[in-house]
Amino acid sequence: MLGIVRQKMLEQSLKKIPPAVSVLRSYSSAAKQMTIRDALNSALDEEMSADSKVFLMGEEVGEYQGAYKITKGLLDKYGPERVLDTPITEAGFTGVAVGAAYYGVKPVVEFMTFNFSMQAIDHIINSAAKTNYMSSGQISVPIVFRGPNGAAAGVGAQHSQCYAAWYASCPGLKVLAPYSSEDARGLLKAAIRDPDPVVFLENELLYGESFPVSDEVLDSSFCLPIGKAKIERKGKDVTIAAYSKMVGYALKAAETLEKDGIDAEVINLRSIRPLDRSMINASVRKTSRLVTVEEAFPQHGVGAEICVSIVEESFAYLDAPVERIAGADVPMPYAANLERMAVPQVEDIVRAAKRTCYRSVS
Amino acid sequence: MNSASCAAKISTQPFSLNPTSPTSHDNPLVFPKPTSFFLGSTRKLRLSSSSKLNLHRRSGTVVAVSDVVKQKKSKSTPSLLITKEEGLELYEDMILGRAFEDMCAQMYYRGKMFGFVHLYNGQEAVSTGFIKLLKQQDSVVSTYRDHVHALSKGVPARAVMSELFGKTTGCCRGQGGSMHMFSREHNLLGGFAFIGEGIPVATGAAFTSKYKREILKEADCDHVTLAFFGDGTCNNGQFFECLNMAALWKLPIVFVVENNLWAIGMSHLRATSDPQIYKKGPAFGMPGIHVDGMDVLKVREVAKEAIGRARRGEGPTLVECETYRFRGHSLADPDELRDPAEKAYYAARDPITALKKYLIENSLASEADLKAIDKKIDEVVEDAVEFADESPVPSRSQLLENVFADPKGFGIGPDGRYRCEDPKFTEGTAHV
Repeated sequence: MLGIVRQKMLEQSLKKIPPAVSVLRSYSSAAKQMTIRDALNSALDEEMSADSKVFLMGEEVGEYQGAYKITKGLLDKYGPERVLDTPITEAGFTGVAVGAAYYGVKPVVEFMTFNFSMQAIDHIINSAAKTNYMSSGQISVPIVFRGPNGAAAGVGAQHSQCYAAWYASCPGLKVLAPYSSEDARGLLKAAIRDPDPVVFLENELLYGESFPVSDEVLDSSFCLPIGKAKIERKGKDVTIAAYSKMVGYALKAAETLEKDGIDAEVINLRSIRPLDRSMINASVRKTSRLVTVEEAFPQHGVGAEICVSIVEESFAYLDAPVERIAGADVPMPYAANLERMAVPQVEDIVRAAKRTCYRSVS
Repeated sequence: MNSASCAAKISTQPFSLNPTSPTSHDNPLVFPKPTSFFLGSTRKLRLSSSSKLNLHRRSGTVVAVSDVVKQKKSKSTPSLLITKEEGLELYEDMILGRAFEDMCAQMYYRGKMFGFVHLYNGQEAVSTGFIKLLKQQDSVVSTYRDHVHALSKGVPARAVMSELFGKTTGCCRGQGGSMHMFSREHNLLGGFAFIGEGIPVATGAAFTSKYKREILKEADCDHVTLAFFGDGTCNNGQFFECLNMAALWKLPIVFVVENNLWAIGMSHLRATSDPQIYKKGPAFGMPGIHVDGMDVLKVREVAKEAIGRARRGEGPTLVECETYRFRGHSLADPDELRDPAEKAYYAARDPITALKKYLIENSLASEADLKAIDKKIDEVVEDAVEFADESPVPSRSQLLENVFADPKGFGIGPDGRYRCEDPKFTEGTAHV
C-alpha cells in the first residue's frame, strides 16, 4: 500500500495550508480534476485490464455504455464476454454472478439503482454474504455489487431509497460509500481486489461532479483500505460524520459554521461496514460533540449505529447529546419542494451543529 | 422394466389428490406420466413404450440422439444398459443414500440432530442416475434436500453425518448444517434453503466453466453443472430467468427437476397452471425431457444425453424426473395430506428394489453380492454415526471465523489496529 504511505506524507506537507482555502483540496497540490464518472470508469478499466477474471454484468452496461455512462467504452475494449448486457432479471443475473464468483472469477454486478437490488437481495445476503461462513471458509465470494444509491432528483419514492443501513447490518458483507473521485477510484479498486462480497454505494447526483486528484490517485495501483474513514476537514469544536453526498453538504456547513466561530471536523466515513469506530471515537473525544448526517430513513440507520458506538465507548467525553440528521421518515415525495424538505440540507447541519455547541456546559 | 404396463397403471389409478382442485383437468393427456421419451424427437429410446402420446409432443427443438443409443437400437439382440461394475456402483450408491437417510431419521428422534432435516428416501434414482456420471470437477447445486446429493458427489458419509450433528469434523465444520452442504473438493456448491436460490448459482457455475474456456483460455475446461430442484421451484421467477439466460448464453448446465408432486403440503397440481414441467424447456429454446425418476437406468440414459450435450457445448437441457419422496417434507412434517394409495403406488416402484430385480434377472449380480453391499453400507453408516458422536463440538473461537475471507472486514478496533490482528479477537462472542 505504498500509495497510502505517500499520500500521508503528502497530507502532512499540506497541513501548512489554511483549511479555508483547501477544504476540497487538502490532499492535492497537482489539482487535476476528475469527475466521479471518470474515476469509476478508469478504476473498472484498470482492474479489468490487470486481471482477466474481472468482468462486468448488468443492465445496459455494454452497448448502451452504461445507464449512467459509468461503463462507457468498456464493451469496445473488452468485448461482450467480459461486459455482459443482461436481460431484466435482477434475481437471476445476481445469482449467476454469485455462482460464478464461487469459482473465483470476479464479477462486478451493476444495479441500475440499488432500489432494484431488492429483487436480488436474497442472493446478495444469502448466497454471497453468508457463504464463506456456511461453507466454513471453503468458498469465498469475490464479488462487487455497485450502482447508484439514495435520492436523485425527482425520481419518486421507488427510486430514491438509501440502502446503506440494510446492507451494513449483515455480517459477511463489506459496504462502501465513496464521496470524492479519489474515494471512488481507490475504494472501487479495493472492492474489486477484495476476496469478499462488497456492496459499493455510489450516488447519481455526484457522478458529474469534479474533484481534484493527485498523481497518486491516478496511478493504476492506487487503492484505499477498506474500513478506514477519512478526516476531510480538521476541526476542534464539533465532529460531523457523513457519507456519500452528505460529506459535501457537511463541508459546506463547516464553512458556514466557521464564520460563526465554530470549527467543525468533518469525517468522510467511506466505509459503512466495517465502520471506522476508532476514528469517529477519537474525533469525538477531541471535540466532545457529534452530528451524524445521512440521507437515508432515520430509524435503524447508520447515524443510530454511530450514536450507540459513541455512547458505548466515549460517553464521558460528550458535552452534548448526539445529533442525528437523516432524511424524513416518509417515502420520497415527487414534488420538488417536498423532496427538498425530505432530504437534509446544509442549513439543517448548521443548525444541528450549533445546537450541540450551545448546549455545552462551559 | 416393463414400461407399457406402467403406463397402463398410471392412467387407471384413481388419484384423489384434491377433489376440489380449481383447475379441472378433463383432458386425459394433461396428467399421464408416460415413460421416457425425447420431446420433439421422432426416435424413441429403446425402453420407452411407443405410446400414442409421443406424437402429441412434437414441439421445441429436436434433440440429437447420441450415437451410442442409435447403435444399441440397431442390434437385434437386446443388450444390457450397464455392466456389472456399473450396476454394483449404482446399487451401492442408492443403498448408501437410503441407509444414511434412515439413520438420520433415527438420530433426529434421538435428539442428536436438530433443526430442519429433509430426507431423500425414494428419490435415490435421480441422484445416483445423474451424479455418478460426473467428474470431480463438475459441480452440483442442490436445495435443502441435499444429503444424498453430497454423498453421491463423493463427500464422505462421516463428514456429512458430523455436519448434521453440528460437530467440527463436518464438511462445513458445523457451520452450515443439514441444508447447507458445501464441499470445495467435490465441487458441491450447496445446499440452499430458499428454493430457486440454487438455480442462478448453478447457472453462474456453468457460466464460469464457459468463461474459463473462452476468456481464461483453459481450453479443456468442459465442466458441467447440475442444478437439482423440485416441482414447487418451477413456479418461481428465478427458474424462468435462468432457463432464459442458460439458453441465451448456451451454458453447460442441466436443470434437473425432481418432481415429487408435493411442495410440503401443496400438491403440484394445485399450484401449477400447466403441471407438465418439461414443456417449459422448449419455450426457452432448450430440450425438455420427461423421465421416470423411479428407474435409475432410465434416468442414467437421459442423464448421459443431457450431460453429453452440455459437455459438447450444445447448451442446457431441462429434465423432469417423475419421482416421489417416501417420507414427509421434513422430519417435522406430519404428512397428512398425501393419499395413502398414492404412497403405496410409489412404494411399489421403489428404485432400489427395481434395480435389484434388474441386476438379478439379468445375472449381473447375485443375491449374495447385493447382501454383501448392504452389510458394507450398514457398517459405513454406523461408523459415520460413531465418528460424528465422538467428534468435538466447535470451539468458542470458531464463532467468528470465516465470516470474511479477508478478516480485516471486521474493521478497526479501539486501539486503531485491525481487530483481526488482535490475538484475543476470537475469544469474544457475539459483540464485536
